[in-house]
Amino acid sequence: MTISRRTLLAAGAGAGLLTACGSNTGRGGGGSGPRLSHWYHQYGEPGTERAVQRYATAFREADVSVQWRPGNYDQQTAAALLTDSGPDVFEVDGPTLDQIRGGQVLDLTDLLAGVKDDFNPAVLAPKTHEGRVYGIPQVIDTQLLYYRKSLLRDAGVEPPTTLDALVDAARELTDRKTKGLFLGNDGGAGVLGATPLYAAGFPLVTDDGRVGFDDPAAARTLGKLHRLYADESLLLGAPADWSDPSAFLQGLTAMQWSGLWALPRIKRELGDDFGVLPFPGDGDRGRPAVPVGAYGAAVSARSRHKDLAKAYVKWLWVERTDYQKDFALSYGFHIPARRSLAAEAAPLREGPAADVVRFTVDHGYARPLLWTPAGQTAYQDALSRIIKGGADPERELRSAVRKVAEEIARVRA
Amino acid sequence: MRRRGALWFWVFVGPFAFGLALFTYVPLLWSVGLSFFDAHNTVTPTHFTGLDNYAAMLRDAAFRDSLKTFLLFTAFIVPVTYGFSLALALMVNRVRWARAFFRSVFFLPAACSYVVAALIWKMSLFNGVRFGLANTVLGWFGGDPVAWLSTTDPPWYWLVIVTVRLWLQAGFYMILFLAGLQRIDPALYEAAAVDGARPGWTVLRHITLPQLRGTSVAVLLLLVVNAFQAFDEFYNLLSDARGYPPYARPPLVYLYYTALGQGQNLGLGSAGAVILALVIAAVTVAQARWLRLGRTDGDG
Repeated sequence: MTISRRTLLAAGAGAGLLTACGSNTGRGGGGSGPRLSHWYHQYGEPGTERAVQRYATAFREADVSVQWRPGNYDQQTAAALLTDSGPDVFEVDGPTLDQIRGGQVLDLTDLLAGVKDDFNPAVLAPKTHEGRVYGIPQVIDTQLLYYRKSLLRDAGVEPPTTLDALVDAARELTDRKTKGLFLGNDGGAGVLGATPLYAAGFPLVTDDGRVGFDDPAAARTLGKLHRLYADESLLLGAPADWSDPSAFLQGLTAMQWSGLWALPRIKRELGDDFGVLPFPGDGDRGRPAVPVGAYGAAVSARSRHKDLAKAYVKWLWVERTDYQKDFALSYGFHIPARRSLAAEAAPLREGPAADVVRFTVDHGYARPLLWTPAGQTAYQDALSRIIKGGADPERELRSAVRKVAEEIARVRA
Repeated sequence: MRRRGALWFWVFVGPFAFGLALFTYVPLLWSVGLSFFDAHNTVTPTHFTGLDNYAAMLRDAAFRDSLKTFLLFTAFIVPVTYGFSLALALMVNRVRWARAFFRSVFFLPAACSYVVAALIWKMSLFNGVRFGLANTVLGWFGGDPVAWLSTTDPPWYWLVIVTVRLWLQAGFYMILFLAGLQRIDPALYEAAAVDGARPGWTVLRHITLPQLRGTSVAVLLLLVVNAFQAFDEFYNLLSDARGYPPYARPPLVYLYYTALGQGQNLGLGSAGAVILALVIAAVTVAQARWLRLGRTDGDG
C-alpha cells in the first residue's frame, strides 16, 4: 500500500488531536475560574504528590495545576522565572536575595498579618528582606548526627559532645568493616557547609552585614575536620549519599550526618539502637549547632493572576493548618513551620524526634539571606581543600572571606 | 522548473535553517551581548559594564583551575583514546572468526548514554565500599577498599573519569579506523613482504599508519572536540545535591553553576563562555595547522 503525502499529513494531524485530548495536563481539576500553575520539587516520600494535588483541587477560586518536577529544581525555577511561561506559585528553598532584588518574586508580607509570630522565626528570617516577607515557610527540615548505641557501647565510646571527642570517637569506631563517621561522599564539605563554623561560634554573616568567620579560631575548627579524613575514619564512596540512611543501616558506618526525614526509617529498622546529636561545639565560644531550613511558597512576579496566586498561598499555607500538618507528617517526616502545630504534633513529642525538635529551637541556625551562591561556592571549595587536601585552613579561609566580602558588598550596594 | 526546485529546497531546508538560527545563532549572539552587562537573574539587563565580566572571570582562580583541568583531561584522553581505538581496530581486523561479533561487542558501548554509564561507574564499579566491584577485586589480593571518587591523593578519580570515557568512545573510533584499514590496498603489504619487511611494527610504521593519515586527522579532530565538550561524565560522577568538589571541575561545569545554578549570573557566565570559545578556537586552529588540515602533499 502506498501512503500519499496528504494521507500522512492527515494521519499526523489526527494523532496530534488524539494526543492533545488524552494528555495528562497535571491539572488539579477541582477548581474553576482562572488557572494557576503551582510547582513543587520532587519529594521522595510516597503519597506527597497525591496530597498536594488534593490540596490544589480543594481550592475553589482557581483551577490549580500542580507540577511535580524532578531533577535540578532550583535551576529549573530560576530559569523559569525569566520567562512568562513559568509558574504562578512555586516551592522554593529561598528565594535568594538576587531574586528578591531582581523583582522576580512578590512581597507576601500581608499574608502573614496576625499570625507571623506563630511561624518559626529561624526559618522566616532568611525569607525576609528589609522587613518584607517573600516566601511562606511550609515545613522545617534539619540535619543531625545519628549514632548507633550498641557500636559505641561495644567500643567503650561515649556519644561525642565536642568536636575533638567526635574526631576521637570516629577513629575508635573504625575497623576493617565499619567506618566511624559518614559525612557524605565528599568528606562533609557539601552537607556540613557552615555547621562547623556555627558550632565554633562564628556566623556566616554578622547582624550588621559583615563576614562572620574572619577569625583564626574558625580556621582551627575547620582544620580539625581534616583529622577525620587523615585518620581514615570517614566513610567515602558509599552507593547512597548522606541524605539516605542506607550506609548507617547497613553497618557501613557507626555514625552518620543525615536529615530528620531519615528518622522514621532508622527507627523502623534499628528500634531503640540509635541516638541523635547536634553537631558538637568547638572552642571557647563553641556551642552545638544544627542547620534548619524551610522550603516555602513564593509567587512569581510574572504571574498573570498575582492577587489570586497570593490568595491561594494564604489559603494553603497560612489558613489551612490541617493541610500543613498533613504535609509535614503524613508522608515524610518534617516539622510544621507554625510553632503551634509543631508543639501539638504527637510524632514529634517523644523519643529522638522530640530531641530533634529541641535541637532546632536551642541550636538551630538558618543560612542568612546575604549568603549568596557565589560566596557559598567559594567557602565550600575552601572547605573541600581543607578536609581532603589538608590545605592550610587559614589561607583557604582568607581567600573565602575575600570572596564572601565582595559578594556581600555587591548585594548590599 | 527551477522555481519549483527552489521551493522544495526551502520546504526541506527552511525549518532546519530557521531552527538553527533561532536556537543556536540568536542565543549565541544574545549571550555575547549579555557578557557586557550586569545580568543577575535576567536575560534583558540594562546596566552596561563593559569588560568587567571578562576581567572578573579571568581573575577567578576557580575558572582558571577549571581551564587547567580541561587542558589536562584533553592532553591525556586524546592520545589514550587514539591509541586504544587504533589497537582495537588492528586486533579486530585480524580476527578470522566471529568478526561481526567482536566488532559489535566493542562498538555497543557507543550506544550507551554518558549519564547512565557514569552512574554505573559511580554506584557499582567504583563505589568506595568493600562490595564495589573494583574493591572486591582489590580485596582478593588483600588490598583495602579505595574511595575512588573521593580520594585526591593519589587522584584516583581520574581513573574513573578516563575509563568511563574510554569505554564509551573507543568502539566508535575503532569503527572509523576499521573503515580506514579496509581501504588500504593489500598489494602494499604484499610488496612490503616481497621487499623483506617483517610483519609487525615495521609494516605498521611504514605502511599502515601513513595510509591511515586521513582517518587519523579526522579522529584526532573529533576527539579534541569531544574532550572540549566534557560535561556529562564529570557532572554525574562528581557532583551531588550540594554542589561539586573544586578538583576535576571542567569549565562547562563551572559555567553551568555560575550561569544556570542558583547564582544565575548570566553576564559572568556568558563572559566565561566567550573566553572558553576563544580558547577552543585557538586550540583548533593550532591543531589544524599542525595536522596540515586541508593541504595535499603537493602543497608547500
